[in-house]
Amino acid sequence: MAVTQVFGARIRRREDPRLITGNATYTDDVVLPRMCYVAFVRSPHAHARIKRIDTSRAKAAPGVVEVLTGADLEGKVQPIPCGWLVPGCDLKTPPHPALAKDKVRYVGDAVAVVVAETRAQAYDAAELVEVEYEVLPAVVDMEQALRGEVLVHEDVPQNRALLWALKGGDFEAAAREPGVQVIRQRLINQRLIPTAMEPRAAVAQYNPATGELTLWNTSQAPHIVRVLLSSTLGIPEHRVRVIAPEVGGGFGSKIPFYPEEAVVAYLAIRLGRSVKWTETRRENYMGTIHGRDHVTDAEIAVRPDGTIVGLRVRTLANLGAYLSTAAPAIPTLLYGLMLSGVYRIPNIECEVTGVFTNTTPTDAYRGAGRPEATYVVERMVDLAARELGMDPVEFRRKNFIPKDAFPYATPTGVVYDSGDYEAALNRALEILDYAKARSQQEEARRQGRYVGIGFSTYVEVTGAGPSKIAGATGFQGGLWESAGVRLYPTGKVTVFTGTSPHGQGEETTFAQIVSQELGVPLDDIEVIHGDTDAIAMGWGTYGSRTTPVGGTAVYLAAQRVKEKAMRIAAHQLEVAVEDLVFENGRFHVRGAPERAITIQEVARQAYFAWNLPEGMEPGLEAQVNWDPPNFVFPFGTHVCMVEVDPETGQVRFLRYVAVDDCGRVINPLLVDGQVHGGIVQGVAQALWEFAKYDENGHLLTTSLADYAVPKASWLPWFETDRTETPSPVNPLGVKGVGETGTIAATPCVVNAVMDALSPLGIRHIDMPLLPERVWRAIQAAKGGGRG
Amino acid sequence: MIPATFEYVRAHSIEEAIQLLQRYGDRAKLLAGGHSLLPLMKLRLAQPEVLIDLGRVQELRGVREDTGALLIGAMTTHDEIARNPLVQQQCPLLAETASQIGDIQVRNMGTIGGSLAHADPAADYPAAVLALEAEILCQGPGGARTVRATEWFVDLLTTALRPEEVITQVRVPVRRPGQGYAYVKMPHPASGYSLIGVACLVTLEGGVCREARVAITGVGPKAVRLERVEGALVGKALDEAVVAEAAKVAADGLEATDDLYASAEYKRHLATVYTKRAVLRAIERARA
Repeated sequence: MAVTQVFGARIRRREDPRLITGNATYTDDVVLPRMCYVAFVRSPHAHARIKRIDTSRAKAAPGVVEVLTGADLEGKVQPIPCGWLVPGCDLKTPPHPALAKDKVRYVGDAVAVVVAETRAQAYDAAELVEVEYEVLPAVVDMEQALRGEVLVHEDVPQNRALLWALKGGDFEAAAREPGVQVIRQRLINQRLIPTAMEPRAAVAQYNPATGELTLWNTSQAPHIVRVLLSSTLGIPEHRVRVIAPEVGGGFGSKIPFYPEEAVVAYLAIRLGRSVKWTETRRENYMGTIHGRDHVTDAEIAVRPDGTIVGLRVRTLANLGAYLSTAAPAIPTLLYGLMLSGVYRIPNIECEVTGVFTNTTPTDAYRGAGRPEATYVVERMVDLAARELGMDPVEFRRKNFIPKDAFPYATPTGVVYDSGDYEAALNRALEILDYAKARSQQEEARRQGRYVGIGFSTYVEVTGAGPSKIAGATGFQGGLWESAGVRLYPTGKVTVFTGTSPHGQGEETTFAQIVSQELGVPLDDIEVIHGDTDAIAMGWGTYGSRTTPVGGTAVYLAAQRVKEKAMRIAAHQLEVAVEDLVFENGRFHVRGAPERAITIQEVARQAYFAWNLPEGMEPGLEAQVNWDPPNFVFPFGTHVCMVEVDPETGQVRFLRYVAVDDCGRVINPLLVDGQVHGGIVQGVAQALWEFAKYDENGHLLTTSLADYAVPKASWLPWFETDRTETPSPVNPLGVKGVGETGTIAATPCVVNAVMDALSPLGIRHIDMPLLPERVWRAIQAAKGGGRG
Repeated sequence: MIPATFEYVRAHSIEEAIQLLQRYGDRAKLLAGGHSLLPLMKLRLAQPEVLIDLGRVQELRGVREDTGALLIGAMTTHDEIARNPLVQQQCPLLAETASQIGDIQVRNMGTIGGSLAHADPAADYPAAVLALEAEILCQGPGGARTVRATEWFVDLLTTALRPEEVITQVRVPVRRPGQGYAYVKMPHPASGYSLIGVACLVTLEGGVCREARVAITGVGPKAVRLERVEGALVGKALDEAVVAEAAKVAADGLEATDDLYASAEYKRHLATVYTKRAVLRAIERARA
């Protein structure tokens, strides 16, 4: 059959021409009549009591329209709610006022807001707001915070936000088995700052005559913003419209509902004028969520033959000063449940303590919990293999969940949908030429060079998810997804999605799904997202859910449209539906290809309604809300080869091979793009990136001159390939691939560096592996100590 | 990240720039690329009331040959210097240094005059001009004067440039026969400045080092010449062992400051490593 294969084709991103020619509209590009501008006054102290705020000089400054403090918002703007109330962990939810009232709890905590006729006037006047602080001791370190000498929230003893435990099997019993060896390591997963290219922004417009509020903002989930805005400001949800226009990257940092959005919306209502706020990069570093920040004590129990019998981890997770929207779930559900990795581990125990500190709140950052879990599992697996003197590949292979074991229920309580971990590993070894790489390493070692090969065989969870699980885990919403497919009388198509892509490229892949299903040319399809007035409901883009959940909804809506079109075609061609064949956008009678009608003609007939089957309603569109039966679990093998300069500690890449399996691939070009970007962020955590606070809670990394965002020229050539193990969870067989690169790359690089340094007896160095840290470990090792 | 209010004026000639400096005094700052000044203004760490833009002063741009030297206009961008064939042939150390500054965007906007006037302790040019024994030509109300690079860098962000003066040119001696060069740096992972940068010129005569000049940047409050290293190289037949031995004294008496990405101790260690590497590369090129 000569069917045009659009699904699976390397089609260039249709969204790019407008993005790269400056023809896209971002929130900051929205300009409205009589618009005024907002600047926030932020705390320079990590912890302080607000004694007095004097706004008089600011109010008198040129162009100033309004200056408000926390007291002015009392009863007007409700505290910012947490959206994921994980049960069974004694979760503390201290109020998070939109503007701090009595106390500031981190550097960047907003205490006042200034509105002026121009942005510059707003920032000038913000400097004139006088805040008298009584500076309090700050607590940054989690172990210190848990001593409870300094309380971030007076009513949260020991600063303990949550204590979450998971017990699958019995680690102690497994560890007591004769011959079993327990390998221990403390692993620090440092705090990162997402640094989306576009900082956060919001524009609010209020119509006092109709009571309608419109908010343009940089959200990954505009429908969630709509409901939270409604409840925070007390405006009926049907009078709130949220538009996420072009959004310049998020990496999770634009999922949360932030205080600034509520304040900006409130100002529009209060002033009866449109209001715009765009954060500066410095504010972005202080006020937008951070990610990671775990300290973990891990133990892996292994038999002498290399069989893993148990894993136990105790993790401290820094949640910052307040609970951000999804914060409680990141270090618990999205971390602890994934601690089995790709291995058959019968006994897994995990205890997570979430800690409040005087730092910027943390939340989902690309991978969100799974990079932390994968780092623990893949590092511990490497350490165990080394302790036993086994090749890391053979050790992994021995413990893999075999491909005939799927669906596989882990002791942590999740069910992996499908997998073939050996296939991905084998392909990666083949591309690398493992035997040759090891002999090159041997040769290098003979020359006194430090070359290492590192692996990361990962699995992660995407496609959130079944709403009943969302409910059972305390998510304050559903996780199904909506899609609409509408054909117009001319046969052109609009696709509506409740997801909110912001760089991932679903305008291309969703169009491919519809084009494949309806036989309509790609250019005839438009994908609409990010507007709550265009799409009734949706749950947004995060956790690599857009394609497996949103894409499936699109597919099902297209199918529903096709079914109706088929009934119209059969009616018009005067045959039974069963006698029709649909091919390349054309319905024809089986065995009589000339008796045909195109889908475009069917669309026209559907709207003109001159001759439809009895009782059929006119029009040709379908709306689907799809709730997935399970999550989907992409996996793969990343392997890299590095060389360490022993004189300086610098790490140089020799090879980087990534074999990922995200089920069926809609567009290989876009999958490659996601994998590339993901690897970059994962490598950056391994080698360069870290957020740094001093002991007084001052953030030292507040600009791109201090925070090491990766540079393209420092990165290796990525050799990517794929295996394809379809998911049985959704009809497309797809899994999310937006975060796999980040999840896989970090331990892959660290394992490679540790392999390079193994002749020196160095077991572990905490990230980032900055040259100085590596050099110091080498010095210590050469001095006779073990690093 | 929103600068305080300032006035912007554009100079069209060196003379006009000096007049404007005289008119506005210390309320004014010269804009010569802006890659250091504008970020400081956006953070309101610098709040000049007037910016005098030198971007349109044509006489400040370009590279000319002089007797035994190149004259480089102060407003010549890093990229122009890196790519200029005359600089590449006659003064390859400067071209090599320029090519390693920041990133493409910085090199397209930043200028040699701007960099030397700002005297960032981690900038790349300072090491090169010290090793080259370049001269900085300044012009003010009282006329023109020449300052030797070795006298230019006074302290952290402080130079010999006087108020109401403009840097007009940098005079760089051309490469001599038997002279090898190298600029090697470890870039700061965030800013791209030098965590350490070493510039080296070595002149060999019959395999023996006749002259060595080594300068280092990024380590302390200002770039400095490593005279003890130079002394340990001159007059010797240079092989790897001699160079390694000479490089050992690179950190002696060297003032080093801590950075988020590198401690003073590590920087002092790097000083020996990068000095060795720069000298070895320069020797290799001198022999080529």
